[in-house]
Amino acid sequence: MKNSEQLSRLLITVGLLIVIALPFVARSVDTQDIVEVHARMAESGGWMPGTIQAQTGIPLYLRLTSDDVMHGFAIGQSDNPAVDVLPGKITEVTVAFDKPGTYTYYCTRWCGPNHWRMRGTIEVTGNEMPSSQAINPPLYIKLNLDIDTPHLASATPAVIPDAQRGAIFSALLPDSYLLPDYYLSHSPAQVYLDVQVDPALATLSNSDLWGLVAYIWQSNTTPEGLTEGQRLFAQNCAACHGETGNGDGVFSADINALAGKYPANFSDPASLLGAGPALLQGKILRGGMGTGMPSWGPIFTNQQTWDLVSYLYTFQFK
Amino acid sequence: MRSDLTRFPFVKSLLKNRWPQFLVWFVMLAGFLFAILSGFFGTPVGNRNFGIVFVWIAWWAVLILVAVPFFGRGWCSVCPIPLPGEWLQRGAIMNPPGKKPRWFNLRWPNKLRNIWLQNLTFTLVALFSSVILTTPKVTSIVLAAMLFLAIGMSIVFERRTFCRYLCPVGGFIGLYAQAAPMELRVKNKQVCLACKDKPCYNGSEAGYGCPWDVFPGGLTKNTYCGLCMECLRTCPYDNISVNTRPFSADLSKPSGRMDEAFKAFIMLGAAMIYAGVLLGPWGKIKLAAYSVGSLSWFGYTAVFLAFIFGLLPALFLGAVGIGKVLTKSTLALKQSFTAFATAIVPLGLMFWVAFSLSFVLTNAAYIFSSLSDPFGWGWDLFGTAAISWQPYLTSLLLPLQTGVLVGGLLWTARTTQKVGSKVNISPIPVIIFSTVVTLTMLGLLL
Repeated sequence: MKNSEQLSRLLITVGLLIVIALPFVARSVDTQDIVEVHARMAESGGWMPGTIQAQTGIPLYLRLTSDDVMHGFAIGQSDNPAVDVLPGKITEVTVAFDKPGTYTYYCTRWCGPNHWRMRGTIEVTGNEMPSSQAINPPLYIKLNLDIDTPHLASATPAVIPDAQRGAIFSALLPDSYLLPDYYLSHSPAQVYLDVQVDPALATLSNSDLWGLVAYIWQSNTTPEGLTEGQRLFAQNCAACHGETGNGDGVFSADINALAGKYPANFSDPASLLGAGPALLQGKILRGGMGTGMPSWGPIFTNQQTWDLVSYLYTFQFK
Repeated sequence: MRSDLTRFPFVKSLLKNRWPQFLVWFVMLAGFLFAILSGFFGTPVGNRNFGIVFVWIAWWAVLILVAVPFFGRGWCSVCPIPLPGEWLQRGAIMNPPGKKPRWFNLRWPNKLRNIWLQNLTFTLVALFSSVILTTPKVTSIVLAAMLFLAIGMSIVFERRTFCRYLCPVGGFIGLYAQAAPMELRVKNKQVCLACKDKPCYNGSEAGYGCPWDVFPGGLTKNTYCGLCMECLRTCPYDNISVNTRPFSADLSKPSGRMDEAFKAFIMLGAAMIYAGVLLGPWGKIKLAAYSVGSLSWFGYTAVFLAFIFGLLPALFLGAVGIGKVLTKSTLALKQSFTAFATAIVPLGLMFWVAFSLSFVLTNAAYIFSSLSDPFGWGWDLFGTAAISWQPYLTSLLLPLQTGVLVGGLLWTARTTQKVGSKVNISPIPVIIFSTVVTLTMLGLLL
């Protein structure tokens, strides 16, 4: 065999073996201690892996990439900001947990009609006390509210109730109406029926009384809370419920096709004014209701849920 | 008008020595394997995957904008696909041929000694192209299938039957190579006639007999010469030249073959359909082309096939027929058809150049990111991974495309005229046909 033949065979064999092996060798060195998470639309498998193990106090390095369209990544009930996960690109995030428990990570970009199914869990182990939030049953359970039955308002206003108008008569309003427990457990329609028969308010017109109801709702929230509620709504709810709460979000037709029901329409007074804050919080936390409504319990903090609830009422009150 | 490049000693030794070609092959084969790997193991996102970006954007751009128009089968001389099979067939990379064949060494069946199979393979790739061109894994499957098919065919048959009769790309490269300003020919045919052993075809100690099953002494057109340079190495009389020549030199010799005529229509029609489906604004058609196996895809397939194999050739046949009537020609319709089909070769080539310009300029930016991060694993090998997508030369694109199409039409009108005077048939109807399809293409692209 000629030297040139030997040399060319050697070059081809060694060279091509290097070409094949190099990426994998480099990758195995490169990805130690890193969890690579692939995002795909829920129809194509959702998050891979769907469960990640972590320990309290030890940083978790995540390398996120999307295999199809743009997704977002956020961990529920944590302060880590959401990041975008772009197709074919790598987004690296480092997260840390100081309390053990099961955390939910989810997609924050409206990637498709099953966007909200894109969830995964991070199981965090450690010796610290677990987060207390999961232990306390939510208010709707304590109040024994049935969140699955329709809740039509028994009374609705003729014009949009105005909290500023209500504020004019607030001096007449007995203090018991302003207690948080009262607000949380009553629907605006129930409160209207209560104030309507209250002797202290007998001189007020219907629109004044509805103004008082709006005032009670305003008194139980803060501008910051509403801003946060608006942000959460725009990011998580508007895809189905619509940016103006009309139930006509970009996925509403898909939801109807999947669940046989359109998303709730918050601009309908008969529906929203029949629901109290505890009831709405229950729906948000648990989801379901035979519709495509996801469960947000593992994702929003307690405060975030209440902020969102207060924001929902702005579709009926001004 | 012709200039023999082998008269420069440097060029000649570059072409004759096996090492320069081997080193290019080595790089090509490495890149090819890397592209296959990236499709299987890299990100499934097409525009971030080395395989998709380097095969369908970088390689295609080089092939259709430079290699084919200027070097004809130049790509075939460095293509990595037949190499493993050929080395196995020979049992050697550099060594001279052995006395006996190592494998079955069968002759390719006579009935298949045409490019109908290539017409079929190209059509198949074209029909599935919306999926192949965008899905890394499918691209890798197709590339690997070609590699293994080439290996299998090298073992069963003699020479390079895959390249010659099956390769979906090789068919149209051969067609358009006729228009290229480059050729391999013999210097003096008498020398070949007097040559007893014909080592250029049969092989010798100096090298292998023509892998493309061509006798160089009989070469009159570029179509089936793969520019592998083996005959340059084997010719004992130094009778092989590699010439530069005027564009479209081979087209003055009209083809009499129906398989070659249809290749011209397949290419012309596919370019038009691609321009409409891939670059057009019609989402439903894109979806139909992508939804392989669905009812709408079968609809798309039916239209695709009917346009390429039915409407386009039928209109062309009508034009040729009218020309025949105008000049009262007695030449058989079939011969007239195939002769004029040769004349529209430049038009098809320019259609492909115009079509490719848009997606190459639009997508070239992905070359940078996928070079640095070939698998979409977050690497940044050359610091170019973060270069974001942007289309290049957008303001030049439309004038360029228009220029290319109008140039192609003029070029075709000229070749049609030449063919017309050769066969004594009026070229006017065919020129009108070419004008109509060019205007359609212009409308689809602009």
